[in-house]
Amino acid sequence: MANGGIANDSVANDSAVTAAFAKAAAEDRAALVGYLPAGFPDRDTAIKAALAMAEAGADVIEVGLPYSDPLMDGPVIADAVYKSLRNGTRIADVLDLVRAITDAGTAALVMTYWNPVDAYGVEAFARDLVSAGGAGLITPDLTPEEAGEWLEVSDKYGLDRVFLVAPSSTERRIEEITSLCRGFVYAVSLMGITGARDQLSASAAGVVERTRAHTKLPVAVGVGVSNAAQAREVAGFADGVIVGSAFVRGISAAPDNAAAVAAVRALAADLASGVRR
Amino acid sequence: MAALEQLTKEYESARTDPGFTAELADLLKNYAARPTLVSEARRFGQEFAGGARVLLKREDLAHTGSHKINNVLGQVLLTKRMGKTRVIAETGAGQHGVATATACALLGLECVVYMGEEDTRRQALNVSRMRMLGAEVIPVKTGTRTLKDAMNDAFRDWVASVDNTHYCIGSVGGPHPFPMMVRDFQRIIGVEARQQVLDLTGELPDVVVACVGGGSNAIGVFHAFIPDAGVRLVGCEAGGDGDGQADRTAATLSLGSPGVLHGMRTYVLQDDEGQTLDTHSISAGLDYPGVGPEHSWLKDTGRAEYRSVSDAEAMAGFSALCRTEGIIPALESSHAIAGAMQLGRELGPDALILVNLSGRGDKDVATASAYFGV
Repeated sequence: MANGGIANDSVANDSAVTAAFAKAAAEDRAALVGYLPAGFPDRDTAIKAALAMAEAGADVIEVGLPYSDPLMDGPVIADAVYKSLRNGTRIADVLDLVRAITDAGTAALVMTYWNPVDAYGVEAFARDLVSAGGAGLITPDLTPEEAGEWLEVSDKYGLDRVFLVAPSSTERRIEEITSLCRGFVYAVSLMGITGARDQLSASAAGVVERTRAHTKLPVAVGVGVSNAAQAREVAGFADGVIVGSAFVRGISAAPDNAAAVAAVRALAADLASGVRR
Repeated sequence: MAALEQLTKEYESARTDPGFTAELADLLKNYAARPTLVSEARRFGQEFAGGARVLLKREDLAHTGSHKINNVLGQVLLTKRMGKTRVIAETGAGQHGVATATACALLGLECVVYMGEEDTRRQALNVSRMRMLGAEVIPVKTGTRTLKDAMNDAFRDWVASVDNTHYCIGSVGGPHPFPMMVRDFQRIIGVEARQQVLDLTGELPDVVVACVGGGSNAIGVFHAFIPDAGVRLVGCEAGGDGDGQADRTAATLSLGSPGVLHGMRTYVLQDDEGQTLDTHSISAGLDYPGVGPEHSWLKDTGRAEYRSVSDAEAMAGFSALCRTEGIIPALESSHAIAGAMQLGRELGPDALILVNLSGRGDKDVATASAYFGV
């Protein structure tokens, strides 16, 4: 376990996410991190789909908090979160999904744009996330410069905080970002929004290598992975493989809710076989 | 983020580079037709503004028909300086899109404009203008299909294309350095107007009025007057048709609350969980749920005041200016005209009111014809 399981130097940490990465590393494989937006296609099906994802081999689940202006997401995820919001999804539903996943014994993080957390109150959000068993937040649009309150609150509540590094990030920026991360570091594999790609960008391995030079935290790669072959490729150089749009597309394309859950289960099983090197 | 750092650095070096500032000044004078006039609106003041003396800063006479060209010329020169070959922009009313397409044609750059599908319908004239100027116009079909969604898609394009592309934001919003940079490129409006009013009347205006969507024309005309403590600065937001219902308006400063949108901390029209609300205004250019952060600061410090002007009041202003001055204002600018009518009646015939007439209304004749049934 060269990279998994070792916490940030400054803070002792044995969050469920850290443990999940450590377990995967001990099994000589990458961790599978799956994303699903809460409330999509509806509240209860989202819960069933997440549980199926965990049963089929996802080590960590990112619960998406649907937001009206998902700037970093491509059309597949954006359409899903708009639908979820039209269904009336609230933050309480997001936390219920987190609770269902963690009750079943799987680590869960919330992936959220910052404004909903800001509006809810950072401390209130942290408190309620802890009550739901959540391990922390992935914050794609929160810059380190603006993260002061979150850094304090996440320390107080022992929550993981996952910021993103990109191929365009300078060494100085990677150093700054990784020093603030806890749980793992989210490496964006290419410049662009979320969405499955036929071919993975060559920049993915490069950004992971550059990130490793600055941190002992696990580095997981997201944006573009949709099948077992790509998962295997990423598992060759990263500690975790993050898959989002492919799951959402599976749900969107399913004729009914039972088929949606089955599609998530099948894809998770396929990807779980891929992350074994 | 790397792109924003690059842009900040490049802008900081350009703004103090005499070569850059001279090239921009030349384009503003000899291409965009600056300085724009200040015209006295005598009949309008007498008949509709309580007899107050009303002066119009005529940004409608700038090339392409609005103040948007001031900012675009600056940013497109900056694009060239950065060695980028492609420019993207969001647009609501289409005035920023037209200005961007124009500047790209002039300087030989590829241009792509994102525009909400709803806005491509109500501002069809400007869609045609952009296409004639060689730009690609992409109708945005997500969310509310208006300005905010166009901005979302432009950001999505930019994160994938940043190596060769500059995102030319049209208002004083978005992440740093855009609010500051766009303000700097627009402040020429107020710098000119302040001197023109002094030359014409020997005094400073009692009030400066402008419409506020994102807020670029308002910051442009306000900025030079901020140190003049005796000059009231009044921003007119789009009240929409909803009698103060938050989802039938775009009056962000009047009805919104602090939040984060499009990379800026500012007032936002949002629900209790931070979801951006749908907005409504008869004017596409003001139909936006955020506002430039400097306006939030001006509101919070009390230096500027903001009021909500309804669709109906704006249309009355539109009609009044057409019939008394022979000027067809943009629907956006009509909100400022309506604000001047209110302020004139409040302050009486001794008042001197400067209105920023931010754009002309050719693009709005279809909407206005339908509204008035003519």
